[in-house]
Amino acid sequence: MSNTKLTRRGVLKSGAVAGAGVALPTIFTASSAAAFTNEPTGPSVTLGFNVPQTGPYADEGADELRAFQLAVEHLNGGGDGGMLGTFSSKALKGNGILGKEVKFVTGDTQTKSDAARASAKSMIEKDGAIMISGGSSSGVAVAVQGLCQEAGIIFMAGLTHSNDTTGKDKKANGFRHFFNAYMSGAALAPVLSKLYGNDRRAYHLTADYTWGWTQQASIAAATEALGWQTVNNVLTPLAQTDFSSYIAPVLNSGADVLVLNHYGGNMVNSLTNAVQFGLRDKQVNGKNFEIVVPLYSELMAKGAGANIKGIVGSQNWDWKLQDEGTKAFVQSFGTKYGFPPSQAAQTCYAQTILYADAVERAGSFNPCAVAEALEGFEFDGLGNGKTLYRKDDHQCFKDVLVVRGAMTPESEFHLVEIVEVTPTEQVTYAPDHPMFAGGALGTCNPGA
Amino acid sequence: MDAFILQILNGLDKGSAYALIALGLTLIFGTLGVVNFAHGALFMIGAFCSVTLSKLLNLSYEVVDPTKKDFLGRPLVEKHTYIESWFGPETGAAIIDWSVPLAILFSIPIMIGIGFVMERGLIKHFYKRPHADQILVTFGLAIVLQEIVKYFYGANPIPTPAPAAFTGSFDFGTMLGFDPNTVIYPYWRLVYFSFAALIIGAVFAFLQFTTFGMVVRAGMADRETVGLLGINIDKRFTIMFGLAAAVAGLAGVMYAPINSPNYHMGMDFLVLSFVVVVVGGMGSLPGAVAAGFLLGILESFASMNEIKSLIPGIDQIIIYLVAIIILLTRPRGLMGRKGVMED
Repeated sequence: MSNTKLTRRGVLKSGAVAGAGVALPTIFTASSAAAFTNEPTGPSVTLGFNVPQTGPYADEGADELRAFQLAVEHLNGGGDGGMLGTFSSKALKGNGILGKEVKFVTGDTQTKSDAARASAKSMIEKDGAIMISGGSSSGVAVAVQGLCQEAGIIFMAGLTHSNDTTGKDKKANGFRHFFNAYMSGAALAPVLSKLYGNDRRAYHLTADYTWGWTQQASIAAATEALGWQTVNNVLTPLAQTDFSSYIAPVLNSGADVLVLNHYGGNMVNSLTNAVQFGLRDKQVNGKNFEIVVPLYSELMAKGAGANIKGIVGSQNWDWKLQDEGTKAFVQSFGTKYGFPPSQAAQTCYAQTILYADAVERAGSFNPCAVAEALEGFEFDGLGNGKTLYRKDDHQCFKDVLVVRGAMTPESEFHLVEIVEVTPTEQVTYAPDHPMFAGGALGTCNPGA
Repeated sequence: MDAFILQILNGLDKGSAYALIALGLTLIFGTLGVVNFAHGALFMIGAFCSVTLSKLLNLSYEVVDPTKKDFLGRPLVEKHTYIESWFGPETGAAIIDWSVPLAILFSIPIMIGIGFVMERGLIKHFYKRPHADQILVTFGLAIVLQEIVKYFYGANPIPTPAPAAFTGSFDFGTMLGFDPNTVIYPYWRLVYFSFAALIIGAVFAFLQFTTFGMVVRAGMADRETVGLLGINIDKRFTIMFGLAAAVAGLAGVMYAPINSPNYHMGMDFLVLSFVVVVVGGMGSLPGAVAAGFLLGILESFASMNEIKSLIPGIDQIIIYLVAIIILLTRPRGLMGRKGVMED
C-alpha cells in the first residue's frame, strides 16, 4: 500500500498546472523550445494555404489551391517544373525546400476575417505550418497578416489589392506579390486619357470596405490629375446584390463615366445593372458614356458575360502574356487542369516559389532570415518581368496590365485582351506616399 | 421629378420580387402553419432552372479545327450546339436566345416536384413542432440546397441574358415630356414587373374563383371544420406547398437576367421577404403583396443621394425602420388577421 499523501489542495494545484500546460497553445510552447515558431525538425516541412473554399469567392479560392498544389509538386521535383525553369534565381533544385519534402494543409477563409484568422491559427498551431499564403480579399489579408506577425510566421499574401495591405496595415512578416489600387490608378490614367480624353465627369460606386475605399481614392486621384472631375462617390454595402437604385441616380448626375469600384459578385451585378439601364448606349455632355472597372479578374469577366465587352480595367497578370515564365506556367497549369490559370492562381504560385527560394537562399526557415532574403530581392521569370520586392513596405513592383473585355472572344478562355503593359517605373511610388501612410512595418517576429 | 419617377419604377420592380417571394411564404404559412426558411432557396433554384435550360440548349458536340490553335498550341476543339445543327443556325440560335422565357415551362413541373418532395419528405414531420424547430430545419434545408447548387454550378454568378429583343431600355422621359434618356428603364425589368403582376393576379384568381381555392381558403380559416366535412385538406395543402414553390421558382426564373444567378441569391432575398410578410401581416396574402411593393418603393427612395445626404445609411435600414413603426402601430401588420401566431 502506498503511503503517498493525496490532499484536495495538492490535486487541485497539480491539476491546474497540468491543465495550463496542456491548454497553452503550441504557438507559445514551440517557440520557447525552438529558435522560431514551427521550426521543422523532421524530413518534411508544412505550408498552410488559406483560401476561400466556401462563400462568394470559392471559385477563385479553388484556382488558388490548384496553383498551390502545382507549386508544391514542382518544388518536390514533380511535373514539368513550371516556372522553376524560368525563374532567375536558381537556388531551388526540385528536392523540396532545404532538402525537406514540402507538404501542405489547407484552410477555408470563407472570405470572412474571423474565419480566416481561425483557420490560419489552426494551421499554425495544430498542423505546424511554417508559412501561410492565399486569400482573395484585402479584409482577410490584413487580418491574417496581423495574426502571422503575432505568431512569428511568414505571410505571403494572395489576391489583395487594397493599398492598406502594404500601407497602413503593413507588417514585417507579411509580403505582397499582387499589385495594389494605387498601381491600378497609375496604370489606368494614361490609357483612360488616351481613350476618353481629359474632360470627363466621373461617378464612383464604391464597395464599402478597405479595398473599395483605397481603390476609389487611388482612381479619383489619378483621374483628377488628368483633369477629370469626380461628380460623386457613393458607398455601396458589400452585401448589395441589386444595384439598380444606385445606378438610377447616375442617369441624371451629369456624369459621363461610371467607375465601378466593385469586385467579384458585386462587380458582376453592378456592371450588369449599369448595362441594363442603357448607360453604355447613352450620350452625355456630347460624349459616349463609359464604364470603367479598375480591378479585373477573369472569373468576374466570365460572370459578367457579354456586358464586359470593351470595358477597361487593370490586372496583375494575364495568361496571354508572351514571356517565358508565363508560357511555362500556362503550359504546366493548362496541361494539369485543362484551362488557363487566373491571375489569382499566378500570384499564389509565384508567392510559394518566392518563399521557398528565399528559404533556400537564407539557408534557414527562420522567418527573420526569410524576410531578409525577400527584402530588396530582384527577380525575373515568374510571369511579370523584372520585379522588386521592396524592403521598405514588402510590396512587389513590376509591370501592370491595362486590359479590356474582349470584343470578339477567340475561345471560351479569351475573356480579356491586353491594351497595354504599363512599365514598373510608371506605377512606382515613394514608400512614404500619403496613400500608404499611417502604419509601420515594425520588426520581424520569429516567434521565439 | 425625373429621379422621383425613376425610383418609383425601381421600387415597383424590386417590390415585384419581394411580393412574389412573400406571397409564396404566406401561402405556406397560411395553409400549413410552417415558417419556411427554405423559401429563398426555392427562388434560387428557380433561377438555376433558367441556367440549366440554357446549358441544356447549349449542349454541343466537338469538332477539331486543325487550322486554329488552343491556348496550349494544340489544334482547337470547336463546339457546335446540337440545337443549331437540328433546327438550323437561325432557329437554333433563336431557341437558345429565348431560353429564359422557355424556362418558365421547364421550371413549373420541377418546382412543383421539389415542393412536393420537400413537404412530404421533411416538412410534414414538423407541422406539430414549435416554430423554432421549423425555422431550424428549413434553414438547414436552405443551406443544403444552396451547397448542392454550388457543387454543380460553382460559386461564381452565371450570366443568363434575356432574349435580345428585350435588351435596352424604354425611354419614359420623352413620353412624359422630359429630356431624352433621363427616365429610362430596362425592358426586361418592365417585363418582370408585368410578369409578377400576372402571377399574383393568377394566384388570387385561383384562390378566389375556383372550388379548390375556396376549400383552401376555408381550410386556412378553420382547418378542423373543413376536415369534419370530409374534405382531405392535408392533400390540398400539400398541393398549395407545390404551388408556392412554383411561384417562388417562377420569380427566380425571370429574375435570372436581372442579376446573374449565384448559389447565394436566395439568402439575399429571404430575410427581406420575411420582413415583408411580417409587415403585411402573417397569413395575409394581400398584405404580403402590398407590403412587398411598399417596401420596395421605400427602399428605392431611400437610395436616392438627396435622401442619403440627409440621413446617411438610411438605405440600409429603411425596411427595418418601417417594419418597427408599423409593428408598433399595427402589431398584426398592415392586413394581419386576429389569431394568427397568437396564443
